[in-house]
Amino acid sequence: MRERAMVPEPEFESYYGKQIIKTPTWKTPDVPIYLFVGGMAGASALLAEGAARSGRPGLEGVARGAAAGGAVVGTVALIHDLGRPERFLNMLRVLKVTSPLSVGSFILAPFAGLSVAAFASHVSGRVPRIGRLAGLGAAAFGPPLTTYTAALLCNTAVPAWHEGHQEMPFLFAGSGATAAGGLAMVLTPAAENGPARRMAIAGAGLELAAAQRLKHRLGMVAEPYEIGRPGLLMRTARAMTAASAVVSLVAGRNRAVSVVAGTSYVAASLITRFGVFEAGLTSARDPKYTVIPQRERLERRRAEREHEDARPAR
Amino acid sequence: MSNSLHGRLDDVQQDAGYDQHPPRMGFFTDTSVCIGCKACEVACKEWNDVPEDGMSLSGMSYDNTQALGASTWRHVAFVEKPLHPTTTDLGLPGMGAPGWDSHENGPASAAVTLPASEDQGAESGDSGVRWLMSSDVCKHCTHAACLDVCPTGSLFRTEYGTVVVQPDICNGCGYCVPACPYGVIDVRKEDGRAFKCTLCYDRLKTGDTPACAKACPTESIQYGELDELRARADKRVDELHEKGLDVARLYGRDPEDGVGGDGAFFLLLDEPEVYGLPPDPVVTTRDLGSIWAHVGAAAGALLAIGAASFVGRRR
Ligand code: SF4
Repeated sequence: MRERAMVPEPEFESYYGKQIIKTPTWKTPDVPIYLFVGGMAGASALLAEGAARSGRPGLEGVARGAAAGGAVVGTVALIHDLGRPERFLNMLRVLKVTSPLSVGSFILAPFAGLSVAAFASHVSGRVPRIGRLAGLGAAAFGPPLTTYTAALLCNTAVPAWHEGHQEMPFLFAGSGATAAGGLAMVLTPAAENGPARRMAIAGAGLELAAAQRLKHRLGMVAEPYEIGRPGLLMRTARAMTAASAVVSLVAGRNRAVSVVAGTSYVAASLITRFGVFEAGLTSARDPKYTVIPQRERLERRRAEREHEDARPAR
Repeated sequence: MSNSLHGRLDDVQQDAGYDQHPPRMGFFTDTSVCIGCKACEVACKEWNDVPEDGMSLSGMSYDNTQALGASTWRHVAFVEKPLHPTTTDLGLPGMGAPGWDSHENGPASAAVTLPASEDQGAESGDSGVRWLMSSDVCKHCTHAACLDVCPTGSLFRTEYGTVVVQPDICNGCGYCVPACPYGVIDVRKEDGRAFKCTLCYDRLKTGDTPACAKACPTESIQYGELDELRARADKRVDELHEKGLDVARLYGRDPEDGVGGDGAFFLLLDEPEVYGLPPDPVVTTRDLGSIWAHVGAAAGALLAIGAASFVGRRR
């Protein structure tokens, strides 16, 4: 896999080649892991609710466990990433719709509580009614938990993230579905894992389509997703997701195949999150991704203005 | 919380919930008279008790500070660009070096027509170098992305229209850092919290001038009511244009720009990116509606995938 520049490099000026915006201070692996487990947990809550309704206790147990476990790991990762972890509760001090991290905290907190309660009830067999209600609540918070993390990244000045804000939520929805479906394919008996397989296949389709659209719509700003380490991560993840989808479509009912394909789905989802995260860092570090698109925007505006002025007044 | 997310906004304090408030205060940094003395950097550090943040030789002209950051709230940039004289200049003493030709119609070609006192660029003409200095600072945006994305409410709009971090609330989530379109605010590693210029909030409250503006010996940094500064800047740029310095332009002055105009704006002598400034910054929250709409649609798609996964065959 050779690296290549996707567009001829336009000329641009900079201050000693220094970056203009700051590199996000969010830590690796904390934040990519948070993106991954959040997506996996959110989609798992949906799977669990469906399993409960359709009478698949094996699948329900696995999915409830994945939702609860993911929520706990995600919360720990999020707190660990803070500069002042002991002040985590300040996140819930105000609710601001302009801050996806604030909105996300108000999604994550109830999701974590509900999914852990649902799992505990399922495992212990106690308060089953309340457990089912909690599960339903977790399923309601699941999809937003899976996709809000896209807003978290996109609502920044980081070019590769911000400009991709139309596709990233779908990419994350698909990636969450493949992770949840894949994990359930590994851990659930073949008799019950049909829905997990279907979820993973649909998720793979959504994710691959979103990634493709992002690449084409963004032009040079999408370059960080294609070159260097993040490019390698993205390509690897894409190939694994596509292969898993094909294999599970053809031979997913075979237990061994299901385990292998499921593992590959989960790994690909994790790798995707690292790829997306690092592509953002790359685009922050190089001033060209900030300057060139802004220059082009200015030129476009200038041309439009001149066009307006040149038009004869009727 | 701010009500409007982008576009022109004439009363930023009222938008933030202040019914009665003093006029909006700001900085006008006229880089055409900056001499690169760094008095502003020092005064800021001293007054605000900002810790030292590493001392190294950068190789970037006289700029060893390098960039704004958690512990650098004023940063003086030094731009050195070779001028490619067509005839060899022997470096005879004298100002303005009227004989040499800067390449093509580069910005500095206008500079040589000026008396040295009007443009920094002319000072070092005999070495074939165009030299620009500029003291950068937080822009105190009308639509401040850092403030918008702050989940704790630690960043807030003051009654003066400035943007300030409350360190006792900040939990170091770091969201403001990649949100700022200018790369101003940063997290202090040893401390864990985010810091940036406060426009000397404490001094403003007692009617004092911010430390940097007070220390500036050439009045390159001017502090005052934003409306007044804008009028003054318009006059100054006209004056320079009349003198033939066509490259002079205001940056962050326009209330219709991508951030609704800056509370701290600049007069520059070259393109913004030459000074390390973004040429057309836009507050990320301008697209917030679209971002949330796509997040919602994607959540809906996931819900549909979840439901569809259980339709059909029983295995
Ligand atoms: S320049 Fe950056 S740090 Fe300063 S107010 Fe604007 S967004 Fe905030």
